[in-house]
Amino acid sequence: MNLTVNGKSATIEAQGNVSVLQLLDLLNVSQKEYVTVELNGDILDRESFAASPVQDGDTVEFLYFMGGGAL
Amino acid sequence: MKLTEDQINRYSRHILLKEVGGKGQKKLLEGKVLIIGAGGLGSPIALYLAAAGVGTIGIADADDVDVTNLQRQVIHFTPDVGKPKVISAKEKMQAINPDVEVRTYQEWVSAANIADMIADYDFVIDGTDNFAAKFLINDACVLGGKPYSHGGILQFDGQTMTVAPGQSPCYRCIFPEPPPKDAIPSCSQAGVIGVLPGVLGTIQATEAIKYLLGQGDLLTGRLLTYSALRMRFREIPFRKNPKCPICGEHPTITTLKDELDAMTVCDLGH
Ligand SMILES: [Zn+2]
Repeated sequence: MNLTVNGKSATIEAQGNVSVLQLLDLLNVSQKEYVTVELNGDILDRESFAASPVQDGDTVEFLYFMGGGAL
Repeated sequence: MKLTEDQINRYSRHILLKEVGGKGQKKLLEGKVLIIGAGGLGSPIALYLAAAGVGTIGIADADDVDVTNLQRQVIHFTPDVGKPKVISAKEKMQAINPDVEVRTYQEWVSAANIADMIADYDFVIDGTDNFAAKFLINDACVLGGKPYSHGGILQFDGQTMTVAPGQSPCYRCIFPEPPPKDAIPSCSQAGVIGVLPGVLGTIQATEAIKYLLGQGDLLTGRLLTYSALRMRFREIPFRKNPKCPICGEHPTITTLKDELDAMTVCDLGH
């Protein structure tokens, strides 16, 4: 399955359906508990990660908190 | 208001631009921008907005200048250590441009004071270092219908976006809730390369200037991320999130509250 992940093409070796939750593990995404996932332009609910399938050709963005600035 | 001869001279490189001109420069001089945070991001923002002749600039920060700030907070100088940051910032801004009125707020923003603080300004800039403040600024600006620029930095990475309430998605459209306290390291824990806030803060100041001028396209509906190590900018388009807790279809946030869980000890401490 070929995806575009954070602007780069990525190939996932997997049998059957892959959910967003599984994708976080497959891609070893950092800050799994806090990362925001955008799938084909839609921001997903954290609760829906397990039920959201990723499909060949999908575009996935992982968006991270960045809190610095003043200190 | 008519530009004086001194002003025509001082702002001549602006006035030459067809997107600015004398008319645009007057808009800047009549503009009011509030900068929340007088640190890494706030430094270039305050310096450039003052130099540009933004007529009224508010700057809010309760902190004093510390020697560890000087590596990146370029508005503060070595002799300023121990001085309130807003006073140190005001001195430099007025030295660059005595034309500008600088209003200082030597306090942290909170649910109790932020709505009054932002009310009189055209545009707000988030240059804070903690999620409690970042979410509060988003909420106050969305509820108050005030356009603002979000900015965040950490180590070698930064992100920024502009929110035009009612027209574009907001910070909570991407990040509905703040992370738990201490889940995401702060710059004081994880470090930050000194030039990074210069890049991000200058982009935020550019947004304020464009907003006042009414020129160009604002950074709305797009999260701009910057990696200094890879020297790469990326733009991630995003839409309004129908489930956004403040600007979605069924908002659950209708009044301002402090995100106590997101406050770190240092927010409360000094
Ligand atoms: Zn929103």
